[in-house]
Amino acid sequence: MAKAKQRVHPLEDLIRTERIPHIWCPGCGVGTVFSACLSAIKQTGIEYRKFTMVSGIGCSGRGAGYARLDSFHTTHGRAIPFATGIKMANPELNVIVFSGDGDLFAIGGNHFIHAARRNMDLTVICINNFIYGMTGGQVAATTPHNAQSATTPYGNPESPFNLPLLAIASGATYVARWTMIHTRDLTDTFAEAMAHRGFSFIEVLSPCPINYVRRNKVKLMDLVKKFQTHTIIRNDADPRDLDLDFEKGVVLGKFVDIDRPTADMLYEEIRRRRAG
Amino acid sequence: MKYWRAPLDINEIPIVRGIVHIIADRCKGCGYCIEFCPREVLAFSKEFNKKGYHPPMVVSDGCLNCHYCEQLCPEFAIYTEEVPPVAGSPSP
Ligand code: SF4
Ligand code: SF4
Repeated sequence: MAKAKQRVHPLEDLIRTERIPHIWCPGCGVGTVFSACLSAIKQTGIEYRKFTMVSGIGCSGRGAGYARLDSFHTTHGRAIPFATGIKMANPELNVIVFSGDGDLFAIGGNHFIHAARRNMDLTVICINNFIYGMTGGQVAATTPHNAQSATTPYGNPESPFNLPLLAIASGATYVARWTMIHTRDLTDTFAEAMAHRGFSFIEVLSPCPINYVRRNKVKLMDLVKKFQTHTIIRNDADPRDLDLDFEKGVVLGKFVDIDRPTADMLYEEIRRRRAG
Repeated sequence: MKYWRAPLDINEIPIVRGIVHIIADRCKGCGYCIEFCPREVLAFSKEFNKKGYHPPMVVSDGCLNCHYCEQLCPEFAIYTEEVPPVAGSPSP
């Protein structure tokens, strides 16, 4: 009766174990978010071969290479166009874009807004660590005002994007935000977004211990605890209130979940009309 | 477990117990599992793993199998399982 099953990590079947340990630094939140993403894939109950993962360039962009799925590690900023191609060629697939703030919103920003406008049926996960981590901590489109970076040694004079507001304004039909510490909400949200028909966007706040945390003279555990103590969960919040201000309290939750015909559905409709 | 008052159904609800499994050589010593375990079950061990990090070790039997350490670990280095009920001694 006693099960002699060999004990393995519950996500063992979804990771390329031969490539573990991964390259992410000690304390980097990308691994936690990646783990939540794999748990969500499991949670949906959909067979693994119906999933594919696409990443761009950057630390988070390594994600695709560690998932035991058909996956693509694409060129910088081009994760969404690759994913769009996959989706249009095979609409049956559940296409997950797993990438970072620099890749998705600076280099690939234009692709993001147009995929959202078209309601391309993708699940876009953006790990926002406020900086270009892999290239040495340069200022990004998401670096908070006044924060230190390799290229803003006197503080960042610019203001960062409010990513959920951008996604909503562009036409995304599912938009949420969590931090890496909210593992349960994160997993449930990912699973819900994967099941959602249409363009889903989830922003996940995550620490870069080396290039952001250390440079800004905060302690890693203090920043991660701030994710618990200085955040407010408010579903359906006004997107204009979603700017990243930890003093005021960063708003988390699900902000949009609506239905709108997807790009592949509309294309198929036209194709049928022309054929018929 | 310490309660500020005894729950009314304390005798009816079985308390789940967890057992922690640590894959020491995957750990990078970030300490999330130790810091955020609600039951303070874990602490850094003195041992070094293959990469030179101190992996966590179990220092109490208070694990409730909440899986939070497992979900937080960026390295797939720790997971928990429910302790199977021992034959002949039903859950309290
Ligand atoms: S499962 Fe929960 S209680 Fe048990 S060690 Fe992990 S975090 Fe602590
Ligand atoms: S969370 Fe994982 S990597 Fe970090 S100390 Fe615990 S077991 Fe090690």
